[in-house]
Amino acid sequence: MYNDIVIDHFTNPRNTGELADADGSGKVGSPTCGDIMMVTIKVADNRIQDVKFKTFGCGAAIASGSMLTEMVKGKTITEALQITDAMVAEALGGLPEPKLHCSNLAASALHEAIKDYQAKQNG
Amino acid sequence: MRRVYLDNAATTRVAPEVVEVVVAYMQDKYGNPSSVHEFGRTVRRSLQTARQQVAELINANCPGEIYFTGSGTEADNLAIKGIVLNGEGKRHIITSAVEHHAILHTCEDLEENHGCRVTYLPVNGYGMVDPASVREAIADDTALVSIMYANNEVGTIQPIREIAAICREKGVLMHTDAVQGVGQLPIDVQADGVDMLTLSAHKIYGPKGVGALYVRSGVKIRPIIHGGGQERGLRSGTEGIPAIMGLGKAAELARLRLPEYGERLTRLRDRLITGLLERVPYSCLNGHPVKRLPANANISFSSVEGEALLLDLDLHGIAASSGSACSSGSEAPSHVLTAMGVSVEEARGSVRLTLGLETSAEDIDYTIDTLAAVVERLRAFSPLGEKGAQHV
Ligand SMILES: Cc1ncc(COP(=O)(O)O)c(C=O)c1O
Ligand SMILES: [Zn+2]
Repeated sequence: MYNDIVIDHFTNPRNTGELADADGSGKVGSPTCGDIMMVTIKVADNRIQDVKFKTFGCGAAIASGSMLTEMVKGKTITEALQITDAMVAEALGGLPEPKLHCSNLAASALHEAIKDYQAKQNG
Repeated sequence: MRRVYLDNAATTRVAPEVVEVVVAYMQDKYGNPSSVHEFGRTVRRSLQTARQQVAELINANCPGEIYFTGSGTEADNLAIKGIVLNGEGKRHIITSAVEHHAILHTCEDLEENHGCRVTYLPVNGYGMVDPASVREAIADDTALVSIMYANNEVGTIQPIREIAAICREKGVLMHTDAVQGVGQLPIDVQADGVDMLTLSAHKIYGPKGVGALYVRSGVKIRPIIHGGGQERGLRSGTEGIPAIMGLGKAAELARLRLPEYGERLTRLRDRLITGLLERVPYSCLNGHPVKRLPANANISFSSVEGEALLLDLDLHGIAASSGSACSSGSEAPSHVLTAMGVSVEEARGSVRLTLGLETSAEDIDYTIDTLAAVVERLRAFSPLGEKGAQHV
């Protein structure tokens, strides 16, 4: 059902956990299936220095969280905001159609984390 | 890598003795039982043997009470539609909230398109129907009560005898979907007092695509498939002889295996359940602790998602299934767990492990070790912690 890239990220997810001294954190849940994704980021010089994720969800959700963290590390805030759900799914080499909604959480959680960071900056 | 098949409730491996019979009826005895020549006559006699074998497994009064169908699903459809549409004009059906979709979706269709009224009885936390609720639900226009013998997801065995006795007393027909119970439990349609019973070959080491409906003599039932009048007019279509003969053989083997088979599975099942509950914190059993199918273990692990568990188990060679929405690609978790009042989160972390003829004690121990490790790995990065949502 899943391709090798997805299976690799599922069995060896990169950057799991929660950054203790995070500059921003975002948590979103899927209204469709109840999967939950949490992303924490560390920002320096307007760049994402470090990122970690946690997931309560299926294989697709876990692999998406893992892939997202790889895609976003070192990116500027502007670049990170341009990452879309579709880009995560594409980087994973595609996902089965009924599983796409599960992968949609990763980018959203990241964008929430960035919003949180920006709110703290301005606050 | 060790390969452990613990999804025998989904389907079973066809027994070698059954394969032999099926092949013989494809290769050598290929006649049409309706034909007058010897090719046909031989097969017609064999068909009667298969009917006898199935009748003996469930202690039907005579082989003529067994009607072969194309699946368990078709037998369920026939039982319900065949009674409701039999011309008596009764349009009320009583069933339970935890039935297989073969029953539930049939009832929904009758409700939406044929002016029927359906009562879906609730279940308790173990998934059990209260016989008193059946009595209360019976009305003047009740055509049929259909309650499954044992549940396919959580394994809970229903109080069929009590429910059947109430139906008898009230003069209402009683059907039971025994697809999961047959072969594991000592089922006796006469002692149980049911009027109709569904069974399916592929759950008892027989071929896929064949089932049977037991219909007690005297029950007025109408066909839902029309044509050449096979199966004494109740199920037209040239009999799927190889599959039917396979079902007959599988039924015979099942009868000879009981009750030791059930006892052996129960021991292995309890070793699995106890092992998992002891090893994995924040895990719980779904369904009844003792009134459950010998082959069924259904356990919820908090903070982890069933599909992820299944995927990881699969990568370790273990085949299981889950009541999680993400595993079925549907939007809601299992209707059975939901009806039992299991929380959405607990339902999502449920895993069903169903044992079979080939399951060994080593398989069970390997599964306990693997599942414990898999849960620990997935919990390590779950935002819910190990205890689950209600505790954070
Ligand atoms: C309780 C129950 N009823 C009916 C069926 C359907 O049987 P079949 O697969 O032969 O159509 C199943 C099998 O999944 C079942 O578990
Ligand atoms: Zn999912």
